[in-house]
Amino acid sequence: MVAGFETPDAGAIAIDGADMAGIPPYRRPVNIMFQSYALFPHMSVARNVGFGLRQERLTRDAIAARVDAMLDLVQMRGFASRRPGQLSGGERQRVALARALVKEPKLLLLDEPLTALDRKLREETRFELKRIHQRVGVTFLMVTHDQEEAMSMASRLAVMNDGRIEQIGTPEHVYENPANRFVAGFLGAINLFEGQVAGSDGGAVLVDTDAGRLVATHAPLGAGSKVAVAVRPEKLRLAPTPSSVNTLTGTMRGVAYRGEASTAEIELANGRLLRVTVANTGGALPAPGTSVFLSFAPDAARVLQS
Amino acid sequence: MNARRFGVVALPYAWLLLFFLVPFLIVLKISLAHEAVSIPPYTPLFDHGRLVVTGANYLFLLSDALYWRAYLGAIRYAAIATAVTLLLGYPLAYGIARAPARWRGVLLMLVILPFWTSFLIRVYAWIGLLKENGIVNHALLSLGLIDAPLRLINNDFSVILGLVYAYLPFMVLPLYAQLEKLDPALSDAAADLGARPARAFWQVTLPLSLPGIVAGVLLVFIPAVGEFVIPDLLGGPNTLMIGKILWDEFFTNRDWPVAASLAIAMLLLLALPMGLMRRFLRGVA
Repeated sequence: MVAGFETPDAGAIAIDGADMAGIPPYRRPVNIMFQSYALFPHMSVARNVGFGLRQERLTRDAIAARVDAMLDLVQMRGFASRRPGQLSGGERQRVALARALVKEPKLLLLDEPLTALDRKLREETRFELKRIHQRVGVTFLMVTHDQEEAMSMASRLAVMNDGRIEQIGTPEHVYENPANRFVAGFLGAINLFEGQVAGSDGGAVLVDTDAGRLVATHAPLGAGSKVAVAVRPEKLRLAPTPSSVNTLTGTMRGVAYRGEASTAEIELANGRLLRVTVANTGGALPAPGTSVFLSFAPDAARVLQS
Repeated sequence: MNARRFGVVALPYAWLLLFFLVPFLIVLKISLAHEAVSIPPYTPLFDHGRLVVTGANYLFLLSDALYWRAYLGAIRYAAIATAVTLLLGYPLAYGIARAPARWRGVLLMLVILPFWTSFLIRVYAWIGLLKENGIVNHALLSLGLIDAPLRLINNDFSVILGLVYAYLPFMVLPLYAQLEKLDPALSDAAADLGARPARAFWQVTLPLSLPGIVAGVLLVFIPAVGEFVIPDLLGGPNTLMIGKILWDEFFTNRDWPVAASLAIAMLLLLALPMGLMRRFLRGVA
């Protein structure tokens, strides 16, 4: 829709203040880096990159100069005369990026640019894309289903569900303060405790949940309203003894070791499973089957309405 | 190569050898013989242990302008018909390739459907449609669009029409196969990079469909040059096509040696455009 290939059912799209309704793709100041790269197989790398400039009827020299500069930027200078079929996935991706950027669009769309790459190359490419983004100063609009990718790359992040933006903000803000259950569950893992507000107590609300009464920092809410207390797995603390507030008791079920941290699954007395992330700073986790206490600080929890 | 693979390859080759190469050699042999009033109507290759061959039939072909004119005539009809099938077939194939996947099977089936009826019957049907008191003239007259019947048959128009009609599927199928493989994102990419639809087609879609165009052109052009049913049934007295002359030499004049040499000459002359096309194809790929 942003590029003009589909028509929105509702709403408007404006780029730099200009309404894009009814403007065909070939006249929009938008370029796409396609997920499949969509490089023209019958053209060399240089001709692929120069394709967009040839449509602008620039002189041959001007095109060559800009193509060269762009191939330098993506470090593909030595590949100018190759065909796309002779390139690796990562190289093709660089060409696709160069071809889209050479037109100096106001907006660059990246359609899941990293999904076709293997894990190691993906990490490198993330940094590479950020570097290029800073160099050219074009706005990048990137679509991804990989939350980690979105959080590590974006300066602003929008979580979309069913064609609507659920929340928009910096990755940190959206992760720490999810606006609703969908955003909380979509961006990273989260433990939700459904319940009813029992009352407010100076900057915190008390919520009665199936795991007992929980305290979370929040502006006062009307008693009886249905809410959920959300706690990220890394904000839950595992302890051998109960603490003063927000203590839950459960049994260790299993541990997934992930290198820098481990994720443990803990079953509460009522059968609910919780996830806890513990940094691997030394010390073994309790063995499966052991009874443990969990707790979290009131300001580590978020209260989700609606 | 193990025995089973050898068998898989050898069997079709044995078939081709038996039913293509051997008849070809027989025709070649006849083309080098003299005409004779006998059964079969030509002199044997060996007479009392001596090899008897002659180039006279080939020289005869060169001496009579009829053969050259018929050959060029056939090339001309075939070339026009091929161009028209390409112009009609390309949009058709493109449309089918871009149709929703669940429609494609049905649309392709409709292209192939005419093959379910005998070729001869379909050509006869055109006579019924095009003749002076045929369906087309009748319809145009009763609609008041024309005052007198149009001359639609036994001329160049009807021959080209017949060729285009008969060979259109042979153009559509290879084009479809090529266009269907094409990633639609390529057209989108061209548009995204600022190419208007016509330029995007010219610079991206058309070059990438060239192998399909070449295959379709060869599949239509080569049999169209040798076609004899269509010029015989739909053509007029002035329609000169080499296939029809060949037929006449064999069955009307019963001059087998001349007919055979005509067949060999046609084969060689057809190999030329085919070879050029293949070189062109390799250059593109």
